[in-house]
Parts: sequence; structure tokens; C-alpha cells
Amino acid sequence: MSTALVSRSERPPAPAGTGARKLTERAFRIRESGIIVVLLVFVAITASIQPRFLDITNIQFILVNTTVFALLALGETMVVISRNYDLSMGSVLGLSAYLSASQFGQHHGIPIVVVFLIGLGIGLACGAANGIMVSAGRVPSLVVTLATLYIIRGIDILIVGGNEVVASSLPAAFLNIPKATVLGIPVLAIAIAVVVAVGAYYLRSFRSGRELYAIGSNPEAARLAGIPIGRRVLVAFVCSGAIAGVAGVLWAAQYGTVDSTAGTGYELQVISAVVVGGVAIFGGSGSAVGAALGALLLNTISSALYVLGISPFWDQAIWGFLLLLAITIDRLISVRLTAALRVRGARHE
Amino acid sequence: MSERLRWAARWESGLAVVVVVVIIAVVGVSVSSQFFTSNNFFNMGLSNGEIAIMTLPMTLIVISGEIDLSVASILGLSSALLGVLWARHWPMIGIFALIAVVGLAAGAVNGLLVTRVGLPSLAVTIGTLALYRGIATILLGPSTVTNFPTTYTNLGVNAVPFTGDAITYSTALFLVLALVFGVVLHATPFGRSIYAMGASQEAAQFSGIRVKRIKTILFMVSGLVCALVGVLWTFRLDTAVQNNGLGLELAVVAIVLFAGVSIFGGKGSILGVVLAVLAFAGLQNALLLTNFNQEAAGIVTGALLLLSVFGRNLASLSAGLRKRIPTRPGRSVADPSQVTPTATTPP
Amino acid sequence: MLRHAAKAFGAVQALLDGSIELNSGEVHALVGENGAGKSTLVKILAGVYQPDAGALLVDGKEVTLHGPAMARATGIAVIYQEPALFPDLTVAENMFIGRQPLKAGRRIDRRTMRAEAAAIFARLGVQLDPARIARGLSIADQQVVEIGKAISLEARVIVMDEPTAALSADEVDRLFDVVRALSASGAAVLFISHRLEEVFALCQQVTVMRDGRQVLSRRLDGLVARDLIRAMVGRDLAERPAEAHGTPGEPLLNVERLTREGIFTDISFTVRAGEIVALAGLVGSGRSEVARAIFGIDLYDAGAVTVRRQGLRRGSPTGAMAAGVGFVPEDRRQQGLVMDMSVQQNIALASLQRLRRAGLIRAAAERALATDWAARLKIKYGRLKDPVSMLSGGNQQKAVLAKWLGRKPAVLIVDEPTRGIDVATKAEVHHLLLQLARDGVGVLMISSELPEVLRVSDRILVMREGRLTAEFAHADASEEEILSAATGQAGPGTPGLPPGQLPSDRGAPGQARRVRDVPEQQERPGGRAAPEAS
Repeated sequence: MSTALVSRSERPPAPAGTGARKLTERAFRIRESGIIVVLLVFVAITASIQPRFLDITNIQFILVNTTVFALLALGETMVVISRNYDLSMGSVLGLSAYLSASQFGQHHGIPIVVVFLIGLGIGLACGAANGIMVSAGRVPSLVVTLATLYIIRGIDILIVGGNEVVASSLPAAFLNIPKATVLGIPVLAIAIAVVVAVGAYYLRSFRSGRELYAIGSNPEAARLAGIPIGRRVLVAFVCSGAIAGVAGVLWAAQYGTVDSTAGTGYELQVISAVVVGGVAIFGGSGSAVGAALGALLLNTISSALYVLGISPFWDQAIWGFLLLLAITIDRLISVRLTAALRVRGARHE
Repeated sequence: MSERLRWAARWESGLAVVVVVVIIAVVGVSVSSQFFTSNNFFNMGLSNGEIAIMTLPMTLIVISGEIDLSVASILGLSSALLGVLWARHWPMIGIFALIAVVGLAAGAVNGLLVTRVGLPSLAVTIGTLALYRGIATILLGPSTVTNFPTTYTNLGVNAVPFTGDAITYSTALFLVLALVFGVVLHATPFGRSIYAMGASQEAAQFSGIRVKRIKTILFMVSGLVCALVGVLWTFRLDTAVQNNGLGLELAVVAIVLFAGVSIFGGKGSILGVVLAVLAFAGLQNALLLTNFNQEAAGIVTGALLLLSVFGRNLASLSAGLRKRIPTRPGRSVADPSQVTPTATTPP
Repeated sequence: MLRHAAKAFGAVQALLDGSIELNSGEVHALVGENGAGKSTLVKILAGVYQPDAGALLVDGKEVTLHGPAMARATGIAVIYQEPALFPDLTVAENMFIGRQPLKAGRRIDRRTMRAEAAAIFARLGVQLDPARIARGLSIADQQVVEIGKAISLEARVIVMDEPTAALSADEVDRLFDVVRALSASGAAVLFISHRLEEVFALCQQVTVMRDGRQVLSRRLDGLVARDLIRAMVGRDLAERPAEAHGTPGEPLLNVERLTREGIFTDISFTVRAGEIVALAGLVGSGRSEVARAIFGIDLYDAGAVTVRRQGLRRGSPTGAMAAGVGFVPEDRRQQGLVMDMSVQQNIALASLQRLRRAGLIRAAAERALATDWAARLKIKYGRLKDPVSMLSGGNQQKAVLAKWLGRKPAVLIVDEPTRGIDVATKAEVHHLLLQLARDGVGVLMISSELPEVLRVSDRILVMREGRLTAEFAHADASEEEILSAATGQAGPGTPGLPPGQLPSDRGAPGQARRVRDVPEQQERPGGRAAPEAS
């Protein structure tokens, strides 16, 4: 067409957009590996000051402690990816922990598997309630799960009354679950790692998983594209609830004593872990593996503080600071990335 | 939608809160003859005064399109400072001054991270929630400070003189601040700007509204108010301990949402919030009088919140259905080419 | 031969009698003023609405589309003006979301997906990497992705709703090539546009709608723009007598060597009182960015802005407003108005400080301001308290103008003042701008519509790729000259162009330039546009 613009359209065609693709991939890799780097740095520093940190028993301890949070992080990731929030996870965990663990006292000889199923069922029911209200009721999930956080905790308190489940009422086999190891690695940690990997794979490689990302990336476009938003979001909440239910049973196995305060305050910690792990707070991107790593990082820090003899009171301040740091870095990366992508896009028309 | 319908929809959501207040009052009276005594009102003020005050700056922040989850941690931080400095024999005036400055600074950090760095306030205030609580914990450690002078602790527990025995200082402060915030929000350019930026930040900027500055101010005001509340809380309990106010932020947000303030910004009123506070306080109190397990009272809070949001959705849904009555041609019918593909899709 | 016939009647009174017939291999234009019912017709085709009466026939069989998914399944794809993509997913995923090719175990087969996407892009003749994420794609590229998606859905009817509104000349050409490829492959394309020169360049059939009815539907051969406009408006818009321009007075706005790295360089000009200065150029030449920098929404790196000899601080809209500058932005829905607020509140939004007494807004004064300006600008509304989203596009634009005029600005910057507005309101806005100039206001108008530029302005500045390349006085200007300056060519008859062809910032090469989308233009021999007689 116009001669002046000929030079622009005849620019040697590098396969249009590969520059953009490489850039994005590089950015994501930096982000995901960033957590691992911080983790390693932390471990290295701590171990150099206090070699006891790398004792096998300590590592096992950290890994086992992380399992509950890693599970919660997986569930929360599924929800946050779709631009929703589940604030009720802590309450669900608490309810499930008590109700399932108390079965041992009430029904002697009940198989452990059944107890797990009970926990799963409780979580499933709570998750379904959340999911139905969010998808059918069209109420923002922040509001719904804020309400269910209260309601479920209240139900828990009413049921528990002043009682508690004590470790002595729990069968040894149950309490040994967190202690079993294979080649020095806790079986539980391996199992949870597998679960997280499966979850991440599902989100990445299955249509319904990708649709969750789509819903979080642009809810309007998702609607126009005919994605069954209600159904997907419902399933996400059901999963997150079920996971919280199972996590509750595991929690009981680890701590032995369960009262009405189990799980209080966990939701905000989980969301922090998830965000530090690279899941965008408005959804659309991030992986469950990153979220689990975030949980691992936070637990490692707690343990490191303990081992270094620093008062545990620094714990909260540090993870608050880390969260702020993580989102700031994410923001800077995203701003630079979008600007760079625009330039590359313009050049390759 | 014709004006009358819109007015009705607004009325419906305000009506909802009024109805709830009335119901609670009725239930309260039926539960206990003590409900409407000034002594009982005083008790309500004692238990809920601080939460009530915190809802006011939160309302403005939510209307502007943001959220502040660090309010309870700023309360805790201010309480810890009070304890630590008092134990070091600082003069009370100096302590107050420092606490005010710290409150403003804490709010400023929130505001700057949101406006200058461009981070979402949900994530930022989750982070500062932990950070400030953490600092409070570091300052105070496991100790508690309890020997505050009675002139101050009286402020927490006594009634305001000359008003009979009904009004705590925190209630009085709440009422005064509600008036101030209400006037600012509903009748000043500053308040109108808050609504505008909540509804459309870009359009507000293009109209010359200084969005960043106003949001930062709102966060700083919230920080200052919560720091002040931390002082009140400490005096009322005569205890400074690191977990003062733990978890209160969710109750504050719940009340504000119950009042009809939209989580998306751009809508809400102080009157609604005052009524919601009354409902909340009355509810807690009624439950107390029935010997309902206090800690489980959260169930009712949660249920109320859900009912209120569902109720509003139903109201606007039915109003929306009424809107589809065809209008006469020639009137300013909404231009279909302007309606985005989302607007009125039949469910 | 595929026949897609649709007759829709009486949906929500926005459409009284709409009929259109789309045939495969054809590009069919749909024109009409805002509010004529085009969008409703499109939404019926898209399955978003169901018609109250009438029938939709596909391949001769009647169907009812219960939703967008069904429409897609029937082979109808709609590409909206603002493409809705998922910024965090890759281009290929965007195209195949929900239908990704699978391998064993129902897992997504990424490689096949990318290959299929690449194949589609090759068929369209476009270069785009299917594996890059969608974030950062230009609107033109986003549209290509949407078109690719439609093709992958094997859509046989592709509806494009005002696709060229935000595209540069280069991109429009590419889009036209893509559309031609589409129709060559047998699809039926429905092309909705306000730009009549594009209609004549690209389409074979045209349907005109007015007031909810179809008034004309036939082949384009033998028609000229005036016929279409007459059908759209229902009458010949009377030739307006040339409006007197104001006499320029003292300089009000002075821009000196304004520079923002990578966006614009060394921009200097003056706007005097009573003068309308147009800033013309292609989309993407940096004009809106200059305006935003002047007003303070964006920062700049070097240079200075003075209003009435007072320097303006950069990056401060409040400072600009205090100095008497008003700014009607490009996007009235996102930037010009707060859609949820009422008409009254929107009009008052920039004047809140002036309506104050003792710190409080005076309700009566606010109401008076709004009523007064709404009347002066003849804004059609139900009640002042109605949300401004209920107004038509033209009235919304008037509301934005009212907001700024209520401040009695000394300098008014308007960015694309009549974009997406019907012809009648467009004329009103032009009249308003000329009136303002006569009253002594200095107006800086950014516009991509050359007829508008020629009609309204006293002086024309042309920007190209961030620099000022030409200045014309009204009497010396012509569309060709402005375009040459905008595209960087010497003028008509440039070597390298086939003789008789002129570069155009809209529309394909080879099209005789006898068509305009403004009624006043007369056809003159020699193809030169006659400027408004001064």
C-alpha cells in the first residue's frame, strides 16, 4: 500500500512472536525458581549458623508440618486461579479434625480409612455449600466464605462444647501416620507431594483445569466463550472443601489433641503461601506446585527461627514481609513484561 | 429504570437493615426484660464500641474500591506500643503522640503500596496484617502490661458523665465520628470523589480527582483511627497483650458488607453502617442474655451476612426484571449498541 | 451455496422488523445510525437474544438459538469491537478453549493445538506465534486471534462489529485481506461499520437499518454514499450554511518542545482564543498521548506547557483544570463518565469544588448546573437521577461535554469528539464546538475523521509517528494533503504508486475516492474533496 509504511511491513520476519514467547517463559521460570532459590538460601544460611538444622529429624519434622498447609494450598490454588477466594478452609479443617478424630473414641475399632472418609465427606459438604452459594447465588466468594468461616467455626464450637479429643483416645496406627518414613523421607510428605503434582498436572493438562484459568483470566470472555462457569467454580470449591476435610484428619493425626480452636487463622496463612508461591491474587495464572513450595518456604522459616533460637514472635512479621515482597516483585515483573510484550507485538505485525 | 424503582431498590436494602434491627430488638425484649435498659445499652457499647468505630474508615475504604484487612493488627500494634512504652515510664501524652504517628505511618504504608506500587489492597493488607501483628508480638513478647492508671482505664469502663449510665466513651466517640464521616461521605466533594473512584477509577482520574492521594489519605485515616481504638481497647481491658483484637478485621468487614456497602466499590452509606452496627451489637447482646455460647455467636453473624447479600441480590434481580418493560419510542431508551454483551442476558 | 436467512421481528422494541440475508462467499455490510437496531440484530444472530417474532433460518431450516454456545454450534461466530481474550493463556489456548485437541487419557495435546493454530494463521496470511500468551497483543492481533477462533469453529457466518474502529491503516489493510480470504473460502461475512468508504471498498451487499427496521437491502453496485446516508437518515441532511469561524485572539495554550520518550518528540504549537486547532494523523501517531500529557494524566520527559502565560505543572490534572483546561477523553464509557452515577452527578463531577459552601455540596446548585447544561446541549434523558448508562451514545458524549463546559474552560481539548455517534448528533457537536470558538474558547480537537477536521477547524496540525509533520491553514487544506503528511508521502502522484491511486488512511487502495461518510461532501470531478467554503 503506502510506500512509507512498506519498510515496516517488510521487516525480516523472525517467526512472529517467538521473542514474546521466550520472554514470558523466562519470566515465569524466574518466578517459580525464585521461591526455590529463596528457600535454598534460607536453608543454607540457617544451616551454616546452626548445623542442627539439617538433621534428618528436623527435615522430617519440617516436611510433615508442611503437609497440612501444602494440601490446603492446593485447594486454595484451585479456587484462587478462578478469581475466587476460600476463607473458610481453617474452619472446615477444624470441624473435620474434631468430628473425624472423635469417631475413634465413640466407635472403638473403626477403620482409619473410614475416618478419613468421614473427614473427606465433611469437607465435601462444606465445599459444596460454598460452591453453590458462589455460583448459583452470584455472591462474591470473598463474602460467602467470610460468612461460612464464621458459621462453620460456630458450628464447630457448639459441637465441641468444652470437650476436646485427646491423643490417648486415638489408635496408635493413626498417630503413626505422620511418623512413618521410607528411606528417611516421611511417607506422608511423599504422598502429599504426589497429590499436589497430580493436582497441578490436572490444572495444566485437562480442559476443565484450563477453563479455571480462563475464568480467572477474563470472567467476561469466559462467559461469552460458553465455558460453564458455575459448574467449574462449584467443582473448585468442592475440591477445596474436600481437601480441607482430609487435611483436618491429618492435622488430628499430627497433633493428637483437637479442641475448638483447631485451624483458627489458617486461611490467611494459606492465601499468603499461595501468593508467595506465584499464584496471582486475581487469578488466571500460577501453579499448585508453586503454592505448595510457598507453604514449604513458610514452614521452613518457622523452623529456622526456632532452630536459631530467635523468638517465634518474629515468624508472623517475617511472613508478612515476605508476602509484601513477593507481590511487589510480581507486580514489577508483570509491568515490565507487559510493556515488553507490547513492543514485540507491535514489531511483528 | 425509572427513578421510583431505583429509589425502591435502595430503600429495600436500607429497609433490610432496619427490619433486622427491629427483629433483633423484638427478640431481645422477648428474651430478657433487661434488653432495653440503659445498663444493657452500656454493656453493648462496652463490648462493641471499638469494632463499631473501626467500621467507619473501613466503609470509606471499601466504597473507594479497596479493602483494609490490617485494621485489627494496627489495633494490636498500638496496644503493644502502649504497653511497652508505659512499662518504660514514658509520659502518657508522649505515648499518645507516638501511637498516632505510628498509626498514620502504618496506614501510609498500606496506601503507598496500593497507590504508588499498584498492588491490590487485598494482598497488601493481608501482608501488613501479619507484619504489624508480628511487630506487635516482637515488641511485647509474651508479656502483658496491666498497671494502667485509673484515670485512663476509666475511659474504657465508665459512662460519659452527664448522660446517665448508658453511653460509654467508645459509643460516644462512635456517634460523633459517624456524624463526621457521614457528612464527609455524603455531602462533600471529597466524599463524592470516593464514590466516583469506587465506581470507575479511570473516569475519576480523568475528571481531575486525585485518586492516589485520596486513597492514601483514607488508609492513613484508617490507621489513625485503629491506633486510637487500640488505646481504648487496652484501657477497657486494662491489659496490653500482643493478641489484642486478634481476628477482629473479619467482623468489621462483615458488618460493613451487611450494611449494604458493595465489595466492588461505589455504593454504600454511613447510615446503613450505623444500623448494621446496631444490629450486630444488639444481636451479640441478645445472644448473651440467652446464655447462647458466646464464641459460637459467629454463626449468627455469618448467617446474617449471607441473608443480607442474598436478599439484596433477590431485590435487584426482581427490580431488573421489572426494568424490561418496553418504553415508548422516542424516550431515551438505553442504546443497544452501547450495551455490552454482558448486561441483560436472560438468566 | 449456503443460504443464511434471518428475519427477526419486534424484540424488546429495539428491533421492529429486521431482515437480512447472508450468502456464502459474500461480504455483506450492515449500516445504520446508533439505535437503529443493528446491535440487536447481531445479538439475535449471536444467540444472546431470542426474537419475539420472526424466524432465523440457517440453510433453509428454521432454528432458535438459545445461547451463544448454540449459535457457535450452528456455525455463527461474532467478533465484537473489543475482542475478549484471556490474557494469561496462550494464543492457541484462546482459540481452542473448551475444545482443545486431546491425546490419550483426555489430556490436552498441546503440539497438535499449536500446529492447528499455526495452520489457520497461515491460511489467513498472518504471522502470529500460537505459543505466546495473549497479554500485550495489539487490538488488531487480538481480532486476528478471534477470527482464527471462528475459523477453527468452522463458522460459516462471521459477524464483525465495527472491527476497524481502533486500527491503524496498515492493520485495516491486513484485516481486509483476511476478510477476503475468509469469504473466498466460502464463509458469509457480515461487516458492520460507520465508515462508508470501507463498506464500498470491501463489501458486495449492503443492508441499511433505521429506527428498528430494514429499509434497504441490495447489491452495492450503482450506489453512492449519499444513497446510503439518505436511507440511514431518512432525508437528505440539508446542506448546512457554512458556519462563521471565530477570529483568533491571544494565545491561550502554548506547548513547547514536548517530548515523551518513544511516544512523541518535540511537539510545539499554540492554540489561540477563538481558534479550533485540529490534530490529525493516523491512529497510533501519538495524538491522544500528547493531549493526555498536556492535561496531566500522563507525564512527559521534556518541554513545557503554558496556559495564558502560566506554566502548567506536569502530571497534575488539577493544575490543568485550575488553569482553565478541560479534557473530553477518547473513551467516554471508561474515561469520560462514571457509568453507575447519575446524569446529574456526572455533569457536576468536575465542578464539585465550585458547588461548595462551607465544605458541603449544595444540592440545589448541583441540580441547577446539570439542568442548565443539559438543556443547553439538548441532552435527551429521562430524569436527571437516571444512571448515565441509560443514555444513547450521542447523549452520553454531550454529557461529557456538559461536564467540562460547566467549568467554563478557557481551553478545551476534545479527543475524537464524535466517535461512534449518529450523524445528527455529530452535527450538533460540531455546531457546539464552533459556537465555543466564537465565544473565545481555544479548542484543540483530535480527530481521525478528515471530513470533520476540514469542516470544523481553523488550523490543522498533522502528526506522524510522534512528530508534527505539517501545519495547514483551513483554506489551504485538503484531505489528500493531510493524508500525505499523516503517512509521510510527498503527495498525489508519488512514484511507486499506481497512477490515479491515492493513499488513504481508511479503505483499500484502488478505490476511487468519491465516497465520504459525511453528507455535505459533493462529488467533484477530479476526485478532490471540496473543503467547506469559507
